[in-house]
Amino acid sequence: MSLLLIVLLPLLGSLLPLLSSNQRRHQCALLTAAMPLVALLVTLRETPGILAGEVPRLALSWVPALGLDLAFRLDGLSLLFVLLILGIGLLIILYARHYLSETDNMPRFYAYLMLFMTSMLGIVMADNLILLWMFWELTSLSSFLLIGFWSHQSAARKGARMALAVTGMGGLALLAGLILIGQIVGTFDMQTVLDSRDVILADPRYLPALLLILLGAFTKSAQFPFQFWLPQAMAAPTPVSAFLHSATMVKAGVFLLARLHPALAGSQAWLYLVSLTGLVTMLYGAYFALTKLDLKTILAYSTVSHLGLITMLFGLNSQMAVVAGIFHILNHATFKAALFMTAGIVDHECGTRDIRKLKGLWRYMPMTTALAAATAASMAGLPLFSGFLSKEMMLAETLNTQLLGGLAWLIPALATLGSILSVSYSLRYVRNTFFDGQPRELKKTPHEAPFPMRLPVLVLAIVCVVVGIFPALTTTALLTAAANSALTTTAPELHLSIWHGFNLPLLMSAIALAGGLIVYLLRQHLFTFHRQFPARDSLAIFEGAVQRLVRFSQWGIDTLENGSLQRYMLWVVISALAVAGISLTGIETLKGELAIQEASPLVIVGAAITCFAGLATAFLHRRRLISLIMLSVVGLMASLIFARFSAPDLALTQLAVEVVTVILLMLALFFLPQKTPKESSASRIVRDVLLSAGFGGVVASLNYALLTRPLNSISDFFLENSVPQGGGHNVVNVILVDFRGFDTLGEITVLCIAGIGIYKLLNRLRLFMPSSDSEGRPWSPDRYPTILASVSQTLLPMALLVSVFIFLRGHNAPGGGFIAGLVTAVALILMYIAHGVEWAQQRLSFQYQPIAVSGVTIAALTGIGSWAFGHPFLTSAFGHFHIPLIGNVELATAMLFDLGVYLTVVGATLMILANLGKVTTPHRPSKQKEKA
Amino acid sequence: MEALFATTTGILAASGLYLALRGRTFPVVVGLTLLSYAVNLFLFSTGGLTTGKAAVISGDAGEYTDPLPQALVLTAIVIGFAMTAFSVILAMRVRGDVGSDHVNGNRIDEPREDKS
Repeated sequence: MSLLLIVLLPLLGSLLPLLSSNQRRHQCALLTAAMPLVALLVTLRETPGILAGEVPRLALSWVPALGLDLAFRLDGLSLLFVLLILGIGLLIILYARHYLSETDNMPRFYAYLMLFMTSMLGIVMADNLILLWMFWELTSLSSFLLIGFWSHQSAARKGARMALAVTGMGGLALLAGLILIGQIVGTFDMQTVLDSRDVILADPRYLPALLLILLGAFTKSAQFPFQFWLPQAMAAPTPVSAFLHSATMVKAGVFLLARLHPALAGSQAWLYLVSLTGLVTMLYGAYFALTKLDLKTILAYSTVSHLGLITMLFGLNSQMAVVAGIFHILNHATFKAALFMTAGIVDHECGTRDIRKLKGLWRYMPMTTALAAATAASMAGLPLFSGFLSKEMMLAETLNTQLLGGLAWLIPALATLGSILSVSYSLRYVRNTFFDGQPRELKKTPHEAPFPMRLPVLVLAIVCVVVGIFPALTTTALLTAAANSALTTTAPELHLSIWHGFNLPLLMSAIALAGGLIVYLLRQHLFTFHRQFPARDSLAIFEGAVQRLVRFSQWGIDTLENGSLQRYMLWVVISALAVAGISLTGIETLKGELAIQEASPLVIVGAAITCFAGLATAFLHRRRLISLIMLSVVGLMASLIFARFSAPDLALTQLAVEVVTVILLMLALFFLPQKTPKESSASRIVRDVLLSAGFGGVVASLNYALLTRPLNSISDFFLENSVPQGGGHNVVNVILVDFRGFDTLGEITVLCIAGIGIYKLLNRLRLFMPSSDSEGRPWSPDRYPTILASVSQTLLPMALLVSVFIFLRGHNAPGGGFIAGLVTAVALILMYIAHGVEWAQQRLSFQYQPIAVSGVTIAALTGIGSWAFGHPFLTSAFGHFHIPLIGNVELATAMLFDLGVYLTVVGATLMILANLGKVTTPHRPSKQKEKA
Repeated sequence: MEALFATTTGILAASGLYLALRGRTFPVVVGLTLLSYAVNLFLFSTGGLTTGKAAVISGDAGEYTDPLPQALVLTAIVIGFAMTAFSVILAMRVRGDVGSDHVNGNRIDEPREDKS
C-alpha cells in the first residue's frame, strides 16, 4: 500500500497547486511540497527494511490482455532514486518559489513539476516493463511542458520540441525493445525478466532487443550522438534544469541500464556498445563544456560528460564498476543540482549567464561563491568531496577492463583525459564567474540571493562534503542495497574510504588535477584552436532536418494525393493486386484436390453469353445506352447462374434488383451525357487494359483455387439448427432473419440511410435537361403508351399478391422480405413508368421516407422485444397456431423482423426511384410541347 | 466447370475494373455495378457449385448446398443496388453543381446544355 502512496501522492500533488492562486505564492509552494514530503516520509519508513534486504512489491491487475499490471517494487535501486527524486524535488520546490518571477504562472509550473515527479517515481518503481515504458513516455511529455514553460520564447518552444522529438523517438524504440524482451521471456513482469538472463542472452532476438532498448536509454540520457537535445533544453527555467538534467530525466536512461543490467549485461555487444558510447560521450561532453560561454550550457555539457562516465561504468561488465556507476549517479545528482541552482542564482541576480561578462562575483555573493566552489570541487573530483570517491572507483575500474584487448590501456588513458577536462571546466566555471576581476556590462548591481534560494544549495553542498569525508558511514548501506538490485549476484563488499594508499588510481587523480590546472591556464590556445571550426548550431541543424522532412512529406502527399480519383483508384487496385498476387504465389498448385465437374453445354453457352456481355459493356462504354443494355444482360445471366447452382433466393433477388438498377440507370442517363468523349490516351488505355487483365487473372485464379479446394464452413450448424431453433425450412432466410439477424438489421439500416442520402442529394438539384438525344433528334413527345398503361394496372394487384405470397412463404421456401419488397417496389415503379409521376402520385399519395424508417424501427423493436422475455437481442421465438379456415400455421417472431426488412426495401427503393422520377417531371420535354 | 466459372468471374471483374478506371462518371458507375456482380458471383461460389440441392430443408435428410454465402450475397446484392443508386445520383449532382461529369471534378470544356 505504501508503494502506491509514494507514486500516487505526488500525482495528487499535481492538482493541489492549482487550488491556489498565482498571487498567494507561499501557499502555493506549501501546498505543492506537502505531498512529496509525505511520500518521502513513507519512503523513509520503508528504508530500514529495504536496506536489510527486503523488496516490497505490489501488483494490481490492470490490462491483463496486454500483460500490463499496476505493479511497483521498492528495491535498493528504486530506493536510491526515490530518495533522490523526492529529496531534490522538495529542494527544487523551495528554490523555484523564489526563482519564478511575478509574471510566471506558479500553480501551472508546480503542477507540471509534480506531474514530472510522479512519472519519474513511476519509472524507478515500476515492476512491469510496459508500466515502466508508460511512465517513461510520461516523463517525455511532462518534460516537454516544463522545458517549454516559457512558451513565449522561441528558443524554449524549439528546445522543448527537440527534446520531445528525440526522447519520444527513443521511447518508441524502447517500447519495441521491451516487447521483444517480453516475447523472449513470456511475461512483462520485472522480476521474471531479471531472473531470465540466460534465456535472453541465448535468444536470437537479443541483439535487436538490446539495440532498441539502448536507443531508448541513450536518447534519454543524451548519449552521443543524441547529446544535442540536452544543451537546447537549457531554455527551460533553471529549477527545471536543476531537477530534470541533474537528478531525474537524464538519469532515467542510466537508471534503465542499471535496472536491466541483470537481464541484459554480460554479452560482448553490451560491453562494446555501452562502454564505448559512454567513453565517447564523456570526452565529447567534457570538451564542449570547456569551450562554451553560457553557464547553463557549460553545465549541460558537463552533465552529458558525466552521464557518459556513468554509462561507461555500466558497460564494463564488472560488478565493482556497477557499484561505482550507482555511486556516481548519487554524487552527480547532488552536485549538479546544486551547480545548476548557483547558475540560476547568478542569472537571477545579474541578468546574464554569459561567462565573458561575469567576473569577481564573490564580492557581491560570498555564500553563493562558497557553495559553488564546494560543489564544483565535487564535480572536479577533489579529495574530501563526494565526486572524488566515485571518480577514483571509476579510474580503478578502467584499469581492470579487458575492453579492446591489446589496446586496453586506451580506456584508463582516455578516462584520465576526461578527468583532466572535468577539472578544468569546473575550475573555469568557478574562477571565471566568481573571481578574476570585476564584472562587466551587468544590467544591475548583483547582490546575494534571498536565503531560501541558497538553502537548497547549502543542503546539497553539505551532502557533498559529508559524503566526501564520511563515505563508509553515509552511503555504504544504500549503495550495497542498490547494487544488489542491479547485479545478478550479491554486490561485492564495499570499502569506501578517502585513503587507499599510494596506487595507480591515485596517481591518475593527481595527473587529472595537475593536467586540469595546466589545461585551464592554457585555455586561450584551446579556444583559438576551437574557433577554427565553423560553429554548428544543433538547433538550426535539427530544425532544418525537420523542415526537410516536412517538405518531403508534403511532396509525397502532393504526389500521391493529387486530387485525381483515377489516381487513387489506381493505387488501391495496384495494392490489392500486389497483396492478392503475392499470396497466390505462395500456394503450390492452383488446382486443389477436389474433382472437376463436367460442364454441360447449357452452362458453356451461359458462360459465353455472360463473358461476351461483360466485355461488350467495357468495350462499348462510350456508347452508354448500349453499354447499359449489355450490363443488364450480365445481370440477368447472373440471376440464371444463381438459379442453376441451387440458389433460388439469390436468383429472385438478383432478377428484381436487376430491374430496378436498369430503370435507375436509364433515368440517370437521361440527365447525363449520352456519349463519353474520347479522351483517354493510347498509353493510358494500354495501362488500364493491362491492369484490368491482371486483376481479372488474379480474381479468376483465386476463384479457381477456392473452387477446387474443400472448404470447412460453419454452415452445418445452420443446416442442422434451422428447423429446430429457427422454425424455418429455408435456411438462407433463417440465417438472414434469425441467426445473423443483427447483420441484416445493420444492412437495412445502411439501405435506409442510402435512400435518405439520395433524397438529400436530389434536393434542389440543378439538372441538365437535354431537349434531344445524342444524335440531335428531339425526344419523342408521345403520350404514355396505352397498352403498357392498361396492362400495368391489371398487373398491379397480381404483383402485390405475388409479393405477399413470396413474403409469407419466405421462411420455409425461397422468398422473404428482401425479395417481396423488391417485387412490390417494381410493381409500383411500373405504375410510374406507365402513367407518369403525376398520375402515380395522385394515387400513391404517401411519402416513402417514413415507410423505410418504420421498417428499420420494426426490425429493431423486434430485436429489443426479446429483451422483454429475458433473452438476448434478436432471439426469435416461434410456434404453431391454429387459425380458423386456414388451419395450422407456423408463425415466428422472425417474420415480424422480415416485415421490417420488407418495408425498408420498399421504402428505400421507391424513395430512390420515385424521387428521381419526380425531379424530372416539371421539366419533361413532352409536357413543354403540350404547353407550347 | 470450375474453370469456366472462374474465367467468367475474372472477365467480369476485369471489365468492371477497366470501366471503373475511366474518367467519366457514368462508365465508372456501370463499372462498379459490373464489378459488384463479379464479386457476388465470387462470394457465392465459395460455397461450391452444386446443382439441385437448394438449402431448403425437406423431410428426408439429404445433401444441401452451403447456405451461408447465399445469405451474405443476398444482402450484398441489395446493398450493391443502394451503392449504385447513391453513386449515380451523386454523379448527377456533381454534374449539376460542377458542370462536368469528369470524376476528378474538372470544370472543363463541356458546354452547358440548354437548361429548360
